[in-house]
Amino acid sequence: MEGIGSAPGETAPRLELRHVGKSFPGVRANDDVSFAVAPGEIHALLGENGAGKSTLMKIVYGVQRADEGAILWEGRSVDITSPKAARKLGIGMVFQHFSLFDALTVYENIAVGMDDPMPRRALEARIEEVLSTYGLPLDITREVHTLSVGERQRIEIVRCLMQQPRLLIMDEPTSVLTPQEVEKLFTTLRQLSAEGVSILYISHKLHEIKALCHSATILRGGRVVGTCDPRVETAKSMAEMMIGGELRTAERRGKAAGGEERLIVEGLSVPGTPPFGIELKAVSFTVHAGEVFGIAGVAGNGQNELTRALAGEVVAPRAEMIRLARRPIGHQGPGERRRAGLCVVPEERNGHAAVPEFTLAENTMLTARYRRPLTRGGFMRLAATRAFAEDVIRRFDVRTTGPEALARSLSGGNLQKFIVGREMLQTPDVLVVSQPTWGVDAGAASAIHQALLDLAANGAAIVVISQDLDELLALASRLVVMNDGRLSQALDVAGVSVKDIGLLMGGVHGGDAPVHPHEVTHAV
Amino acid sequence: MPFKLEPRREPNRTMLYASPVIAVALTALAGLLFFAALGYNGTLAIYDILILPVIDATHWIDLGVKAAPLVTIAIGLAIGFRANVWNIGAEGQYVMGAIAGTGVALHAGGTEGAWALPVMCLAGALGGALWAAIPALLRARLKVSEILTSLMLSYVAIQVLYFLVRGPWRDPEGFNFPQTRSFTDVESMPILIDGTRLHLGIPIAVLIAMAVWVVMSRTLVGFELRVSGLAPNAARYAGFREQRTVWLALLVSGGLAGLAGIFEAAGPFGQITPNFPTGYGFTAIVVAFLGRLNPLGILIGGVVLAVSFVGGELAETSVGLPSAAIGLFQATLLFLLLGVDMLVWYRIRRIAPAIAPSAAPAVVRSAS
Repeated sequence: MEGIGSAPGETAPRLELRHVGKSFPGVRANDDVSFAVAPGEIHALLGENGAGKSTLMKIVYGVQRADEGAILWEGRSVDITSPKAARKLGIGMVFQHFSLFDALTVYENIAVGMDDPMPRRALEARIEEVLSTYGLPLDITREVHTLSVGERQRIEIVRCLMQQPRLLIMDEPTSVLTPQEVEKLFTTLRQLSAEGVSILYISHKLHEIKALCHSATILRGGRVVGTCDPRVETAKSMAEMMIGGELRTAERRGKAAGGEERLIVEGLSVPGTPPFGIELKAVSFTVHAGEVFGIAGVAGNGQNELTRALAGEVVAPRAEMIRLARRPIGHQGPGERRRAGLCVVPEERNGHAAVPEFTLAENTMLTARYRRPLTRGGFMRLAATRAFAEDVIRRFDVRTTGPEALARSLSGGNLQKFIVGREMLQTPDVLVVSQPTWGVDAGAASAIHQALLDLAANGAAIVVISQDLDELLALASRLVVMNDGRLSQALDVAGVSVKDIGLLMGGVHGGDAPVHPHEVTHAV
Repeated sequence: MPFKLEPRREPNRTMLYASPVIAVALTALAGLLFFAALGYNGTLAIYDILILPVIDATHWIDLGVKAAPLVTIAIGLAIGFRANVWNIGAEGQYVMGAIAGTGVALHAGGTEGAWALPVMCLAGALGGALWAAIPALLRARLKVSEILTSLMLSYVAIQVLYFLVRGPWRDPEGFNFPQTRSFTDVESMPILIDGTRLHLGIPIAVLIAMAVWVVMSRTLVGFELRVSGLAPNAARYAGFREQRTVWLALLVSGGLAGLAGIFEAAGPFGQITPNFPTGYGFTAIVVAFLGRLNPLGILIGGVVLAVSFVGGELAETSVGLPSAAIGLFQATLLFLLLGVDMLVWYRIRRIAPAIAPSAAPAVVRSAS
């Protein structure tokens, strides 16, 4: 393996994988994977979605079992049969999706997850000790639903650290954090590394890996395709190893902004659905023809609610709150809004933007029937839906067997291309896309980005809601930040700094007093 | 456990069609063991229940007579089940349909005309639909579970029937028996072959099955119902309103159950008696699932259940099986069908011993 930064030793690696393989029905998830992690090393596992990173980590953490190969823990061959066994060895894992009870407090969440319960007083003391040792600000009496995502992640980290792990696995830990929260997390991880804790860091964010990790193993299609020292590589060279080809970045064509006002949202307030829905509070913004308008923000701050309100799934209290050109459409349902020229792609592909059990042809019926002649006299025109699906597949390079393929049989990236393509081929005047490249491989992501920019160049107004700042900075000409159901002032992307956006994402609005006092703690 | 269920990536096509057959076979086996354990001749009982009605042509029209109401009701239920609307109270709508249709006949003032039966049928369908409108209103307006309300209203409907046949609608010339007067010829379902019980309701059930198949697979309304059941969020996104789906599913399934009710009253029964509620509305749930919620599959499912009814009567006389045992047999069929269905989407795999199931993420709530 490559040279190791801060804490190399002559001892056996903390963790070593030898020729590990794992198959699922129809997929070879991992094939002949070997690598080693030294004590104190921060080792990146780099790869696109579907490269096999998560499966590999589940094998190490005992959630899945390898079909072949060996796992060595500090030089001894081990059989990790369950997460409990993994924790016993000294392996901790912070999952991408948290396992927390919203209605319980931080303390209660930690207590219910303990393998070996301890008395309340002792446990509280132990938690406080961990919090102060690693400088993690967290109030253990707060209920989880009142916490930011960054604070929730801290609970998961504390859970792991309680067991004094010698290997910590982090699965895409920064995907939901503000830049400032990421910095804080890295400080903690570096401190752990200095204490000799090994860290396996799974990510596809190259600049983070460059900033944090000592070594990297790159996976593609379930196999190891390279190892490198990220500190001396460039983000581009690692990306090309990751996708196995040259990286194309989307290009802007034509000039942004300056067109007529297409979508005007003014004072849109919608109550949140109980128990944990976010209330939209006087959301206002204007998008012009030919412009890509970005809405940034940490997930769970009202983006889903805003998408639903724009789509018409939830009707606005007053019609004038949402206007298409001059026409008030706030009172209209999804179908009327589509007919008027507003198309929306929600964040969730399966079960929202598409029905997984339906064929691609049937899935065109969901939305395209309003702007395309897909029905006649109440009957579906099956040939027309097939032809339209065929068109989407061809023009957006969707890898599938054809319009009769079930939506669930497509990979995330291909289904997303299909969905985005389905809306774009309806030639909307306004397109709202939420998390357009969430869980999508780099190739598909760049294709989707290019298609969005092309559509804008042809005069459509586009709203991109995303938690990926890099994506927004690449696509949008102006952006706003969403926090707790509110929008910040619109910023010109040209003159904005990532730090400013990060502060807005944490809830500090342009130097004003913070909205909620407690949010300052994780915003700095 | 040395076995585990593993999800399949695609539904297993073979199992999709084989699972009803496997379920019927397993039910036969289970029934054989039950009946033998109860001290009956199990082999003969199963032969009489499942085989005899099929191979002996004299029972075929009986099969049709039994299958017709089951199919008519089950098709309506399947529309709702597809749309995630769980009308469990078809029995009540069936009874209400019979009551409404009979009411027209009794109160038509003795006018004998060709319009009598069509109007009775219309009233039957409306009666069933109105009875189903109560759970629809409660679900659409107040989000009350239609499973409970529709089920409970079945018992109300049966009590209404008891009240009517014992009170206001009792036949004055019926020697005080609790029953309505017999329907006249123009009020009765036409018999298609003289001397048999083959009535018009049987071909109509087949036509309904075909029509609903077309509606569900080829029209926008069918698409709406299917989307609503599979992915409620996608339905909202597509501009379909949940309330409309609830109303549609309950009114159609109630209407079809009501139609089956008046067909049965004006057909095989010829009048309403306290024995009228025979549980077709509940058995139709089994038929709907046996037919995979597909109208054409339901035709087959209806015949299978009709076989068990006709065969059950044969077994009652031949081996002295109590009629409750047939109910047990049919319930076993549904139970095993749902169990075997698991294999359509999952496969059983042997796994190496000593693996504890994953315990880490106790309750998952993604931090989206």
